[in-house]
Amino acid sequence: MRLSAFQKVLWGFATIAVIGFVWLQISVRNDQRTDDPAFHADFELTDHQGVVQTDEDFAGRWMLVFFGFANCPDVCPTTLAEVATVMDGLGPDAAHVQPFFITIDPERDTPEQLAEFVPAFDANIIGLTGTPDQIKRTSETFRIYYEKIEEAASPDGYTMGHSSQLFLFDPQGGYVGAWAYGTPAEQILSDLKGRMSI
Amino acid sequence: MKPLTPTALAFSLLFGLPTVCLAGSADVVVEGAWARASIGTSRPGAAYMTLRNMGNDPVTLVGLATPLAMMPDIHESKTDANGVSSMTPAGEILIPPGESVALEPGGLHAMLMRLQYKMVEGETFPLTLNFADGGTVNIDVPILGIAARGPEG
Repeated sequence: MRLSAFQKVLWGFATIAVIGFVWLQISVRNDQRTDDPAFHADFELTDHQGVVQTDEDFAGRWMLVFFGFANCPDVCPTTLAEVATVMDGLGPDAAHVQPFFITIDPERDTPEQLAEFVPAFDANIIGLTGTPDQIKRTSETFRIYYEKIEEAASPDGYTMGHSSQLFLFDPQGGYVGAWAYGTPAEQILSDLKGRMSI
Repeated sequence: MKPLTPTALAFSLLFGLPTVCLAGSADVVVEGAWARASIGTSRPGAAYMTLRNMGNDPVTLVGLATPLAMMPDIHESKTDANGVSSMTPAGEILIPPGESVALEPGGLHAMLMRLQYKMVEGETFPLTLNFADGGTVNIDVPILGIAARGPEG
């Protein structure tokens, strides 16, 4: 078969594209593995049983972290339900993963409030709260955003806006990545298993 | 009373849900309604469903009523490009003829504030949808588990 000049050029481009694609794939993987994580999980907060917990207490375990508030009827229960499904899907490997729900509404979310709310989704999930200052500091170390929004048509006259991604940290506490709100549990589970190499 | 279109009638028979009375809203069919169980009564609940306008006229959902909650209202969660979610009252919901509006997690939802009793898995609660034409649609919303992810559980 003889190729015209035009066909040769096309094949040339195709070859470059394939090589480029493969190279990108490899470099992305390397980025993810040899990482120098952008930041580390860092907190000292009170859990829903009233016990002070820090990130060091969970060293050696993967951490799934979600920020929210117990008075949130939609986004937060939905994500907690997804996390519960992920934990179920992990089976025995769930022992290597610690999910957290960190409140950004410390005024209302006392440990008692969180104790009612968080474990109802999955017994493994730990609810964390603290003083407004502690929560502010935590939001800075985790680089998340939250705000109180005055809204007469909400319970107690306010609602909270907050970063709604689900964050993943590796067993050394290094940031691995985040899933956007609404990512199906099946997708999170398969990504997570990939990361954990299980 | 305006007669049901055959399709709306078929849906009504199939799902046994809407009781209809006036024109416009008479052609609204509600599908796949569900809610999550609540832990107590101190925090708001949410209910989800799809509203389908089977008629030839636009309809506008203006409000909700239920003995379950003193303050039921349609709210909308939105997530911006930075992944920040927040929630605001959605106001009136227009459903053009032949179209449907989904109340689903992360978007529009019936926000059930000031619960009068606990939402128990396996039970249902009555919900009235009020439309701008004065018509109402009454449904029973099944209460699923607290970690339910959709109408199938």
